[in-house]
Amino acid sequence: MQGIIEKVTELLDNGTVDRVLAWKAGEFSYDRTPAVFDKESGLYGLVYDSFCVNNLSKYLIEESKKDGKVLVLMKPCDSYGLNMLIKEHRVDREKIYVLGVPCKCKVSVDKIKATGLTGILDIVEEGNDIKVTTVYGDTTLDRKDVLCDKCMVCKDKVVVVYDEKIESDETAGIEKLDRMAEVEALEAMTPDERFNFWRSQLSKCIRCNACRNVCPICSCTKCVFDNDNTGISSKANVDSFEENMFHIVRAYHVAGRCTDCGECSRVCPQNIPLHLLNRKFIKEMNELYGTYQAGTDAEAKDPLTAFTKEDAEPSVIYNR
Amino acid sequence: MLKFTSDQMSTLFSAISAMKTLYVPVEKGGEVTFGVWSETEKVRLDALKTVKSAKDLFFPQAETMMGFKMEGKNIEIQVPEEKMDEFVVFGVRACDAKSFEVLDNVFLAEPVDTYYALRRKSGIVICAACTRPEESCFCNVFGIDATAPAGDIVTWTVDGTLYWEAKTEKGEAFTAQLSEYLAEATAEEEAAVAAQNEAVKAIIAKLPYANLKVDGFTGDRMMEYFNSPKWAELYQACLGCGTCTFVCPTCQCYDIRDYDTGHGIQRYRCWDSCMYSEFTKMAGGQPRLTQLERFRQRFMHKLLYYPMNNNGLFSCVGCGRCVNKCPISMNIAKVIKALGDE
Amino acid sequence: MQVNESSKEFKPCIVAFCCNWCSYAGADLAGSNRLSYPADVKIIRVPCSCRVNPLFILRAFQRGADGVILCGCHPGDCHYTTGNYYARRRMTMLFSMLDYLGIEKERTRVEWVSAAEGAKFAATMNDFISTVQSLGENRKLRDLRCKE
Repeated sequence: MQGIIEKVTELLDNGTVDRVLAWKAGEFSYDRTPAVFDKESGLYGLVYDSFCVNNLSKYLIEESKKDGKVLVLMKPCDSYGLNMLIKEHRVDREKIYVLGVPCKCKVSVDKIKATGLTGILDIVEEGNDIKVTTVYGDTTLDRKDVLCDKCMVCKDKVVVVYDEKIESDETAGIEKLDRMAEVEALEAMTPDERFNFWRSQLSKCIRCNACRNVCPICSCTKCVFDNDNTGISSKANVDSFEENMFHIVRAYHVAGRCTDCGECSRVCPQNIPLHLLNRKFIKEMNELYGTYQAGTDAEAKDPLTAFTKEDAEPSVIYNR
Repeated sequence: MLKFTSDQMSTLFSAISAMKTLYVPVEKGGEVTFGVWSETEKVRLDALKTVKSAKDLFFPQAETMMGFKMEGKNIEIQVPEEKMDEFVVFGVRACDAKSFEVLDNVFLAEPVDTYYALRRKSGIVICAACTRPEESCFCNVFGIDATAPAGDIVTWTVDGTLYWEAKTEKGEAFTAQLSEYLAEATAEEEAAVAAQNEAVKAIIAKLPYANLKVDGFTGDRMMEYFNSPKWAELYQACLGCGTCTFVCPTCQCYDIRDYDTGHGIQRYRCWDSCMYSEFTKMAGGQPRLTQLERFRQRFMHKLLYYPMNNNGLFSCVGCGRCVNKCPISMNIAKVIKALGDE
Repeated sequence: MQVNESSKEFKPCIVAFCCNWCSYAGADLAGSNRLSYPADVKIIRVPCSCRVNPLFILRAFQRGADGVILCGCHPGDCHYTTGNYYARRRMTMLFSMLDYLGIEKERTRVEWVSAAEGAKFAATMNDFISTVQSLGENRKLRDLRCKE
């Protein structure tokens, strides 16, 4: 944290960058809001800790349209999204200074609350201990037990696009889970079981569009669901069909481009496991068209904009 | 004060649902929502807040208003029946109960919204006093007592016993129908309820938002707030999603649309969000061009426009759902603090 | 009272997206050769199989289709050289997702039918209809508002 502040101050002071996109500390010890700092505002409130979970890459679409150069603090998993935005010409790379920052996995306050803690007044991290002070008493939790779900299947700790990066040897010390285990569990069910599972999840959807708006890949200037001329625009799921359609189309539109950053599931107010839709596509494409990780670089063609003459026929699905 | 004589809540619920449709907080797909009670549902009375508020039962997210059928040159208009069976909603918190007053001022004012009015008339609200407020709660800021909700009936749970008090005529009549399950509480028991309420209030006073100041939001300062330079900073990270508006118990904006079913037209209304780029879009275009204006609209409405039209009643009840759910952790409490500093 | 058995029989509604250059001509040939396939198939002509957006398929189901089939030129024969190669990947992914959501995968199909394959077109449609017929009415992916 101190190293980051020093570096950012140096780059602001020597005029390399004009603004800094980072996280700002909030009212509680765990709420972090993406924010832009500049020389005038100073770096007051700038924070980088275990609760800085938001993927900042999407904000660069707007930030890189402005005058001057913006410095962005880039976590490893968010850098994949930035590569996609560069590849799709959604950001102006020249106006961005990427400062890679290390990540030892983020802590989920929802998981802290799920242990039954409520009325949280303060959270202090000491090594592997998370010390929580609440109005109802104090508790210490093991950091490993309250990591964000998306961090449990972390790709790696490499920032894939950067101008400069700050290194650290710290790790969360967890054993990564198999990213596709949940998808495989669903595939093993009968179609009716799967149907019931997804009905119970998708019927919770309130169509707040948070999953879409937070996604660095969902960057259309006008979404098909907001366009009155498409015949499918709607502000609510009036019928269960619309719940299915919205989520199929959302996942489909990012298929082959989704970097699996996990933001969609994190922001869902109803905790719908949307990442399982994205991962199904990833798994399927890896198996049928070769292993591919979106955002590893800003050049490779993604599976749905490429083909080979020997591709499997769609019948592979119904022959299973 | 009365008390429920059994410690099995399901006894009460099955007695109520034998008479009327009963909604209680139930767990569905891992989240708590108001759902129809049945033996098999997983009731979650321990949950402080449902994801969507109880507003959904009176002003549902989507409802059909009427239908049209065309045959040749004739248009047949199908209007839904203006009849509804009475229903009961159990477990409404003080903040949500107060939100009905906010909604009533909008929907029951002339011209009365008949769809809402019908549901309000048919619904019996049984409140549950809070026992375990959390850090995102700030109902006290708006003068709401979490231990004394404004419903037809109020209940308190102390040491596993449910205490019961009817507060309105509708509540009295319904209580009479349940008399075989209710008995008069003793003076000691009433004292225990009062003691718990005091303890809960003491907890609320210690919560981080307990001392938010809202007295500065007065109509005469409207333009000052409207033109505040702070909005530019506050809105910055807003994603423009509708989470805050859809989990809010007092947000009441809606859109009316026609859906072509292939054999007719269904006119429905659904919740709309001032955070959306399409909100109040007209033939002439969009009145609020950037997210800054949309963001400002939401908070100006809650803290100034609504109170100016409703004798100073704020249209925020401090339930804290937006505090918990906002993807970027921006919320009305932060806005109140930032603007109030001026 | 006698009940007419055939009137109780479920007649599925099938939507067939056919590319202009091969499959639509194939359907035409089936017609001019008097090869029969049920009239329940509603053909929608598209310029190329890759014109079919996944939303078209979903909306066909919304509007009451019980089965949706996409027909295009054989891979390698696309009028636009490569369109059907893209369509092949897209539809594979869409069908895989529908299956993942528990929707009967047999309700969707892709077949390559050339302009000369009138007989194949009729046979494909007959086979698809009987498959969908055995599945019964589409219940999992329908919009109740569109039901009369």
